Amino acid sequence: MSSAAVLAQGIDERVNEAFTPVSDRVQEVIFFAVPVGGTDLPLIVLWLITAGVFFTIYLKGFQFTAWRQALQLVRGRFNDPRDAGEVTHFQALATAVSGTVGLGNIAGVAVAITLGGPGATLWMIVAGLLGMCTKGVECTLGVKHRREFPDGHVSGGPMYYLSRGLAEQGRGGLGKVLAVLFCLFTVGGALGGGNMFQSNQAYTQLRNVTGGADSPLEGFGWLFGLGMAVLVGVVIIGGIRNIARVTDKLVPFMAVLYITACLVVIIANAGAVPAALGAILTGAFTAQAGVGGLVGALIVGFQRAAFSNEAGVGSAAIAHSAVKTKHPASEGHVATLEPFIDTVVICTMTALTIVITGVYDTEDASDGVALTSDAFATVLPWFPLVLALAVFLFAYSTMLAWSYYGLKAVTYLLGESMLVDRGYKLVFCLFVVIGASASLDPIIGFSDSMIFAMSLPNIIGLYLMARVVKGEIGGYHRALASGEIAPVEQRV
Amino acid sequence: MAEVVVVGVDGSEPGVRAVRFAASHLSGEGGRVVLVHVVPWSPYAITTAEDNEERPARRRQEVEAGEALLAPLLDEVRAAGVGAEGVVRHGHPAEVIVSVARDHGAAHVVVGRVGQSRVRTLLFGSTPSHLVQISPTPVTVVP
Repeated sequence: MSSAAVLAQGIDERVNEAFTPVSDRVQEVIFFAVPVGGTDLPLIVLWLITAGVFFTIYLKGFQFTAWRQALQLVRGRFNDPRDAGEVTHFQALATAVSGTVGLGNIAGVAVAITLGGPGATLWMIVAGLLGMCTKGVECTLGVKHRREFPDGHVSGGPMYYLSRGLAEQGRGGLGKVLAVLFCLFTVGGALGGGNMFQSNQAYTQLRNVTGGADSPLEGFGWLFGLGMAVLVGVVIIGGIRNIARVTDKLVPFMAVLYITACLVVIIANAGAVPAALGAILTGAFTAQAGVGGLVGALIVGFQRAAFSNEAGVGSAAIAHSAVKTKHPASEGHVATLEPFIDTVVICTMTALTIVITGVYDTEDASDGVALTSDAFATVLPWFPLVLALAVFLFAYSTMLAWSYYGLKAVTYLLGESMLVDRGYKLVFCLFVVIGASASLDPIIGFSDSMIFAMSLPNIIGLYLMARVVKGEIGGYHRALASGEIAPVEQRV
Repeated sequence: MAEVVVVGVDGSEPGVRAVRFAASHLSGEGGRVVLVHVVPWSPYAITTAEDNEERPARRRQEVEAGEALLAPLLDEVRAAGVGAEGVVRHGHPAEVIVSVARDHGAAHVVVGRVGQSRVRTLLFGSTPSHLVQISPTPVTVVP
């Protein structure tokens, strides 16, 4: 091998060496844990579970009754024809879903099963069901306190409801502090889970399908990252938004293809289904050796579900807030569908595929996306290639969505200027390269820390404004019952 | 009751000819024309977060551009002694034209055609042919 090639390969190692201590330090702080039942329970995971449980009880299981109304809203049954040309419920949901359906659904689930055993699957589903409620709450507030600027553009998200919503309660100072904290963590989340984790796993899958350790790409993560950074830069810096639109159109198609492939694997192993379900149920409620016991499965399940559907994190409130509606609670209903699609459907499919094929239970089991890929390969040997394409598209669309969330946070902090805009976007592209070069563990550590940190200021705000949300939802239900809000007759 | 004719206007030359055809058809009959400009839009189109953020502003611009497009045509029709009004809407062109025709109790719909190739029609469809299929009134297609 030429000295230049050796030098080039060394770049990945150096990036990894520089990044790992940063990630470790951040993790120590955010994932402060207390020992429970023989394992360490990070308090931040308890924070998310508590929020999900609290809102589910406080809003009387709102997410379980909202789906009927949500589906009608998404189908456009309540779209006022005079509002044609504005952002519809369907569009707000689709934009948010293409931001959340990413590698958390493919690689994250594999990580959960590797660390927590099959039982983690059940806890992911529970987390998804609870997350539906939290997501509905934050998106209701996102629409209620969004800002409509004189030039017509609309901006919303936790930074606005924290600052404006809490100011209405006479807690303006606290609101500002929480909004600033949220924005700082969002920038971290955009660079971590919304960027590095995605590019890391996209590279891993490409390396796997081109020969694994013998792949010509081995050690050239930085080069892949550079290519991906250019593709991201073309859209976010070059402003070629058509590429983003095409990608977003392909995401639903790939999601359907992905679910179909999962079903094929599950049906091909139909005989193994009862045993797999048994493993998931017993794993969820009984302590298993090597996986940190019962609490371990629960923690890992909740952690990976939260990472995937971002409920309580606040990111979706940014995406949902541009919808055209007079009733914030209507978007709250629609938003509950997001964790359902992301976690209860897609993550569960991935988990079943991995558990049924048993690929997680071998001595030399892969990690992350490679494990999911192995599971597909047992039935569809050619599928890892398609998966590489799906992974690439999911990663790309998630990165574009998060680059936007990060930008909204940065401009909230520093104001809108060309310098801020370009500076942030260049840094974002640089992190695509770092993500593809570093190894998975420090990346997941950093990404998790930032995304979970976002939930700290966000959920404090949600608790303080819980009554406001309850009022909005109650008012909306009363208006529906009285016929004040009624479906629009669609003619033609 | 005076006859109402709905005319689809898309900014093309055949669209202008459709307006003139409708006006000449009604001249002296006491009817009126309703000029419709449709901005193609679907509630189910996939958009990016940035598109969504800018949508209200973009919509306003699109409506203004549509009104600017209709203004000289409305003046021309009125100068010919025929009553005229303009409508700018977002949606599926043929469906919106039909919906406006229903709302105004129109007796007739007139549109221009661009004379596109068969391949293009196969790929993207054509407003006049779709209109012919769904319109509750007779449709005249002006070359």
